[in-house]
Amino acid sequence: MATDYIVGIDLGTTNSLVAYMQADSPVVIPGEDGLNLVPSVVALDENNQVIVGNAARRYLIETPERAVYSIKRLMGRGLEDIQKELKLFPFQLADDLHEGEVLRIKIGERTYTPPEISALVLRQLKRNAERFFGAPVTQAVITVPAYFNDAQRQATKDAGRIAGLNVLRLVNEPTAASLAYGLDKKKHGIVVVYDLGGGTFDISILKLHDGIFEVIATNGDTHLGGDDIDNLLIAIALDDIRGELGLDFRRDFRRSGEAVQRIRQAVIEAKIALSSQPTAKLDVDLPGGKKYQREISLEAFEQTIQPIIDRTVAPCKQALKDAGVKPEQIDEVVLVGGSTRIPKVRRLVQDLFGRVPHTDLNPDEVVALGAAVQANILGGGSEITKEMLLLDVTPLSLGIEVAGGVTDKIILRNSTVPASATQYYTTQVDGQTNVAIHVLQGERELARDCRSLARFDLKGVPPMPAGMPRIEVRFLIDANGILRVSAREQRSGQEAEIDVQPSYGLTDEQVENMLLESFDFAEEDFRQRQIIEARREADTILTALAKAKKNQAWHELTTEERRNVETLEKALVAVKDGDDFHAIRAGIDALNEATMRLAELMMDTAVSTALKGKAMDDTDLAEGPQAGHPVAKAEFE
Amino acid sequence: MRAVHFCSSCGKVQPPVPVDYFTFFGFPRKLNLDTAGLEKEFYALSRRLHPDLFAQANPEERAFSLEQSSMLNDAYRTLKDPIKRTEYLLRLEGVELEEQSKQATEKARATGKLKKQVVPADLLEEVFELNMHLEELRAQKKMGEDDPALLEEIGKAKLSLEEKYAALFNELKAEWNKWDKSVDDETTDGAEADRQKILDKILDVLNRRNYVRNLVRDVNEALEN
Repeated sequence: MATDYIVGIDLGTTNSLVAYMQADSPVVIPGEDGLNLVPSVVALDENNQVIVGNAARRYLIETPERAVYSIKRLMGRGLEDIQKELKLFPFQLADDLHEGEVLRIKIGERTYTPPEISALVLRQLKRNAERFFGAPVTQAVITVPAYFNDAQRQATKDAGRIAGLNVLRLVNEPTAASLAYGLDKKKHGIVVVYDLGGGTFDISILKLHDGIFEVIATNGDTHLGGDDIDNLLIAIALDDIRGELGLDFRRDFRRSGEAVQRIRQAVIEAKIALSSQPTAKLDVDLPGGKKYQREISLEAFEQTIQPIIDRTVAPCKQALKDAGVKPEQIDEVVLVGGSTRIPKVRRLVQDLFGRVPHTDLNPDEVVALGAAVQANILGGGSEITKEMLLLDVTPLSLGIEVAGGVTDKIILRNSTVPASATQYYTTQVDGQTNVAIHVLQGERELARDCRSLARFDLKGVPPMPAGMPRIEVRFLIDANGILRVSAREQRSGQEAEIDVQPSYGLTDEQVENMLLESFDFAEEDFRQRQIIEARREADTILTALAKAKKNQAWHELTTEERRNVETLEKALVAVKDGDDFHAIRAGIDALNEATMRLAELMMDTAVSTALKGKAMDDTDLAEGPQAGHPVAKAEFE
Repeated sequence: MRAVHFCSSCGKVQPPVPVDYFTFFGFPRKLNLDTAGLEKEFYALSRRLHPDLFAQANPEERAFSLEQSSMLNDAYRTLKDPIKRTEYLLRLEGVELEEQSKQATEKARATGKLKKQVVPADLLEEVFELNMHLEELRAQKKMGEDDPALLEEIGKAKLSLEEKYAALFNELKAEWNKWDKSVDDETTDGAEADRQKILDKILDVLNRRNYVRNLVRDVNEALEN
């Protein structure tokens, strides 16, 4: 399996990472810019080329209608339940969107579904990994919040498929973090993972023993994270600006996008600074020329964010209750997610669980590292992982809607997965050949208070008198936490055909179409290939030049000629690892021209040396005059 | 007798045989169960059946592993908990748990009628008195009144119920022992009937225990609101 790298991917609300297991430990694969974190930001430039990551961030400010961030917040959700999100985030919905349809977001003139946008981020990570390995990457483990429901998980899997990845497993983020934590030193005991990221909060309680990572209970809030802190601070700033400067950006739609993004950037910087300083300064250049400046004290900050952080308490208490665990029984608390760097959060965790949390692991990277460990296990395991096994649970109860609009729970939350339940159905009417089942997720009594997962239509029931058929329906939640349904009419033994209408997701057909459309990215890939080839050419000419400098001919150039060549040499080195194909091409051509006389001199030297009777074993001239320009086309490696 | 999860010659994972949970683990159909042993077996089987171990295997093996491990988890979950284990055994032996049966619940909801709840005979008087007290409490709370004497009465009643709840569990365990013994005994003419009697008794204890539990829950709710 050496040629088939399986990577672990953390597809985060704010940042994404890709990692793999290198010998005994997982490592993050950096992007071209050398950075480990790829911001989950997607933009379209003027030519509708897709830009992902750090490069996309400036578009948020300059052309906010052509960029999108925190798309994870919309994954697996429908129009009705994102109204709150729409007020807090600059998501622009497609104009022709109907109720019940899959969400589509406008970026520039195009529209994308959330899985397609996530797929663009995944593609970038895939490329980073392929560049790193120098080989294709087609298999991955992708992490999801433990509290993600079925629709949100399916959307993530769809995103993977659209990106050209075979998603071997979806792993819950806190569980992945525990893998990174427990990888060495044979950790055992009861471990709590408190994961507060950009957009989601998870709390998981695990039992570690003999290499088994067993989740006992999990809880959380899929709409709670650092973004909420940012939005609160932005709201306060906007009010402040209106009061102080008389500018109401909430109303000024033309400028508000840019203004809000500038404020957002400042607010995030201040928030981060306050993790280690008693005060921070907001300094924003508003569109229109005015400046907004304000100092924030740590106390004011902590008071402001208190209600948001307090929302993590109830899920923690519920998880402890479900697990039957008291704080005294906990051996370790692990912090995950950038927001856990906030001192107030750490104090809250300490109070909740009665111990100082473990902060050795990088909260931004630990999930990706854990995903890499799981990827390794799925690939067959290695010495260090061969004794490891993950036993995870489903976070939400699975139920069927029954008469009276009530939910009948058939698989309870915190059941170890894979888990199944069997139900029996029959027909109401003579000759009825279809049976409809409405499946839900959630803990509430009434179906309307739970999350609609899907409606299953059992077709092909053999026509019989009403009440005669005995249809056995099997519900199976797999290791990804995703539901599968199969049905059989017992008397006839006939398999019923199941037509799934996902409540918030894409059908298989839709995903396939998106995958096909993504081959338009072949253009993007071709561009990538062009760059790679140009880079190779640049490397060749630079290597040849390095060799040529040792040649006697080099000293026959004038000082000015040498200086010119070296300037162009440095210039080419500077651009060749970048993404600007034209710059690389221009650099190569310029250097070629500047070294023409050098090449001629070297040929002369070789010729004259040969005439003097020395052997022409200089491989620089292996190609001879046909090469046109030896320094350019040397294949002497 | 235990289910075969892997082929004895080639070691490959097998399609799951539709066996009961006891057979799956290789345990006898008894109510007293070595939970430590069960846990050990669960982990051992998990290490060999879990889907993560078959990620690179062919689709057939992957399907078998998925089926086997879901059965493993379902079986473990059921056998680990004493009440779930008891209810499962009753179902295996063909006894329908009437009061909790889904049909009864659905029927009740559909018709809007109350589910048939049989008050255990020995609790009749206690339940009557308690319900009166709870009515009084609710009325008082509506008026915003507070009667410490009433609260004390209710508190005492709750304690008494909690004691009964614990006692019922002991009664259940006594029946477990009877059942387990009957499984060991050789089949005699009356053995079948005897076993049926034990099952009926177990069902009765379970129902009474559930009733008491629901009552305690109602008391707690009334006290909190």
